[in-house]
Amino acid sequence: MKKEEIPQDNGALNKLTKEVVYAVDKDGNYSTDLSTGWEIKTTALDVAWDDIAQRIAAAKQKVLNKEASPLLFFMEYRLMDIAIVAAYSGFWKLTIKQHLKPAVFEKLSTEKLQRYAETFNVTVEDLKNMIVHED
Amino acid sequence: MKTDFKHIQAAHCENGVTINLLQSIGVNKITEPLAFGIGSGLFYIYIPLLKINNGPAIAFRTQPGLIFKRTCKALDIPVVRKKFTSKPEAEKFLQECLDAGQPVGCQVGVYYLTYFPKEYRFHFNAHNLIVYGSEGDNYLISDPVMENTTTLSRYELERVRFAKGALAPRGQIYYPKEEKIITDDVIRKAIKSGIKKNAHEMLNIPMFFIGVKGIRYTAKKIKNWRDKLGPKTAGLYLAQLVRMQEEIGTGGGGFRYIYGAFLQEAHAYLPNNTLLESSKLMTQAGDLWRSAAVQAAGIYKGRIGSQADFDVMGDYLLEIAEIEKKAFESLAKIKWQ
Repeated sequence: MKKEEIPQDNGALNKLTKEVVYAVDKDGNYSTDLSTGWEIKTTALDVAWDDIAQRIAAAKQKVLNKEASPLLFFMEYRLMDIAIVAAYSGFWKLTIKQHLKPAVFEKLSTEKLQRYAETFNVTVEDLKNMIVHED
Repeated sequence: MKTDFKHIQAAHCENGVTINLLQSIGVNKITEPLAFGIGSGLFYIYIPLLKINNGPAIAFRTQPGLIFKRTCKALDIPVVRKKFTSKPEAEKFLQECLDAGQPVGCQVGVYYLTYFPKEYRFHFNAHNLIVYGSEGDNYLISDPVMENTTTLSRYELERVRFAKGALAPRGQIYYPKEEKIITDDVIRKAIKSGIKKNAHEMLNIPMFFIGVKGIRYTAKKIKNWRDKLGPKTAGLYLAQLVRMQEEIGTGGGGFRYIYGAFLQEAHAYLPNNTLLESSKLMTQAGDLWRSAAVQAAGIYKGRIGSQADFDVMGDYLLEIAEIEKKAFESLAKIKWQ
């Protein structure tokens, strides 16, 4: 990449910082310069987040249809798979799969709900009712 | 409590932590490209069957932690590295280091890294930053990918140090143990061994998904994605490839430009034309990775998307594989004087 080709588009990181990139000058020598971002990368991130938004919406609908417990919604909301939920909550993966069923979830003790609430960084009430606050 | 510390911005977090920590012990000659090259940082892997964020698991650089470890080892600098099961123990150790005037590297997860923009906050646990002091309830943070230093509260730092999931940092702290005078001869030796190891990892690991073979394998996969996954998921997979390629600050070249810069700096220590020629090849490879990303973006934006477009994308990777193969084969054959 030549110096003059360093992208100066609006990137997500640009709110925070410019990025260092390595590029060659007209004699082919490398040095660093700053970049405000690259549209190609920004769009890749946008595509990922659009997909996440769709997954969250689909999960919400499943919970409302009683096909899944609110855990599914919060897993999508927090970008977690079952392995990550298991690591944060201390539940076994198989147990979590059981808790994803609405009928099982409804019978969970407050202590267990509390563990999930901490995992997803919400209150127990919000966990049960699929309420999120932007953070 | 503030240690004697000067923040230097870098393209990549682990390179940045490495050079910043080396400077803190008086080693000023190791630039970011040197750290990346001596640490044999360039890599490629497409882990089959594993999914990350519902997409393919691809990396363009070596395993987290290795750049620091290998660079220090090659320079014969002893390293302290500690993991913790107890959060209070982890904080106590950190505080003791700072009290002793020692800035430390920490591996952290970015999901709860409050100063990062939301768009970057996935469950990625191998980010690196330096803690160089504390002020009241806050820790002073040098995040090498940022232009300026920042702070995290005790709670925020603890949360990212104990992020969970793949590559969980478990409070990991590391730093070079003692001051050292590094001579040019030591650097020359380190450059040679770094190149040798990197060539080995890109060319000779006998697994089809690693190094140059891994790039070819990905090319083949991409050509099948449209039929196998459908256009939407295929687009998501390509977006993930571009995100991994770019991370932060690689200028789209998937770390190839940093390696190109390393080979030029290596040439200043070890004048040998193959280094410059290979540097040019790495620049070419980086440029092609960028073109491939532009092609991928055409697909994930929905502007193009025929099988022919996926084939073009795959062909870019085949061409890259050839160039990187050529570069590392010549590097591996260098007869050092």
